[in-house]
Amino acid sequence: MSEQFEPVIVGFLCNWCSYRAADLAGTARLHYAPNMRAIRVMCSGRVDPQFVLKALKEGADGVLIAGCHPGECHYVEGNIKALRRFILLKRMLAQLGVEEERVQLVWASASEGKILAEAVDKMTEQVRALGPLRWQETVLSGNGQWVEATPVLEEV
Amino acid sequence: MGDNGKPKLAMYWAASCGGCEISVLNIHEHILTVDSVFDVAFFPCIADFKIEHVNNYNDGYIDVCLFNGAIRTSENEEMARLLRQKSKVLVAYGSCAYEGCIPALSNLTTKEATFNTVYLDNPSIDNPDGTIPQPTYQVPEGELDIPVFYNTVKSLDQVVDVDYTIPGCPPEPPQIWAVLQVVVAALTEGAELPPPGSIVGARTVAVCEECPLEIHEKSIERFYRPYEINPEPGLCLLEQGLVCMGPATAAGCGALCPQVGMGCRGCYGPLPGVEDQGAKMLSAIASVIGAGDPTMEEDELERKIEAVVDTIPDPAGTFYRFSMAHSLLHRANLNGNGKGV
Repeated sequence: MSEQFEPVIVGFLCNWCSYRAADLAGTARLHYAPNMRAIRVMCSGRVDPQFVLKALKEGADGVLIAGCHPGECHYVEGNIKALRRFILLKRMLAQLGVEEERVQLVWASASEGKILAEAVDKMTEQVRALGPLRWQETVLSGNGQWVEATPVLEEV
Repeated sequence: MGDNGKPKLAMYWAASCGGCEISVLNIHEHILTVDSVFDVAFFPCIADFKIEHVNNYNDGYIDVCLFNGAIRTSENEEMARLLRQKSKVLVAYGSCAYEGCIPALSNLTTKEATFNTVYLDNPSIDNPDGTIPQPTYQVPEGELDIPVFYNTVKSLDQVVDVDYTIPGCPPEPPQIWAVLQVVVAALTEGAELPPPGSIVGARTVAVCEECPLEIHEKSIERFYRPYEINPEPGLCLLEQGLVCMGPATAAGCGALCPQVGMGCRGCYGPLPGVEDQGAKMLSAIASVIGAGDPTMEEDELERKIEAVVDTIPDPAGTFYRFSMAHSLLHRANLNGNGKGV
């Protein structure tokens, strides 16, 4: 393949800090990787682990969750809930064979467009190095024998 | 066996433990009603039927087939397809058929690793030649074959269309009887059946709704495994640091486990509208972790939370104990750099 692999990263950005950081990165005309598809949520604490799993299953190569720094949450501690979930989810994803670089959490305040842009750049490179995830095609068909119509008799 | 005009009942086991069959017999004297209403057409656990009998039935001959067990081998899949063809109503009976249950935990590893544990590397195994099952084998009389063992365990509805689902490991007798009454009424009095695709014999609220244990503020500094503490009677187990799947599990069982000091294992499956029971439970558990507050430095905060999370040794196995096959990701990725254990 001559074309470079472009990872698809789903980004959940909180309304009060990180989405504004992304806005700032735009108005400041910062150049950064276009691989993140931003989804605005009211708070990083709104990110249900189901969102992350569903994104990975349905074609994302990585998921970025971005929120306000601890102590700066618009809802006092929604971001701490997000952090608790993220830490536990990382453990579970390791058991499910998902590399840890594929799901990341970053704090970026409304004035930190640069931090967000750098995080996206860094994550894009890390996921690019890992290669595509393609959960449906790779995990659920090949080794998972997910879509087989008739049993393969050679295999034990 | 002549046709006596009674509706035909079948029950079959695929990858399961046999507990589901026992749960049907566990409806006590009501089993006599079942016997008077139905004619048993296939039920290997209690009556001597062969696959040939089923093969010889016309399509749709069986009125109700209770299918329990997950789909683990080619034989399980073949029987699922055969019984689907021969049954008017196919019921995924119990957690294995519904969502994979305990057999589907092996979706966190490979078939090879499973074989290794079962046939080779275990203190109680005596297998000096390292024999493991082969799908085909040559003997002087000809070729023998046994079913193929799949790498991934599936639920029944991932293989054939399922009309109804009865959750539970195993389903509780009062729920089984309630469902059978609906079926009997439909067959004998023409009453209406629930809409196809329904989950029957469970409620649409969480186990916590049925649980009488007292709830206060939940803020947990560490989790305990069941053998590590004696829970305080009458108090919510989750509050005491025992992982209890109650908040993420459909009720219908009467909260039997929490009432005897064992956290809910989650066998009735997710609540309506939830796609992934494990993710929901993970979310609930993370919400009750008490460590860390907004005044802490970011590093310290992470360390504190990590320390609490360290006390949950097997998150995937705990939160997906019954629902691995039905989870969003279905199984572990063993090609990645993740450990996949």
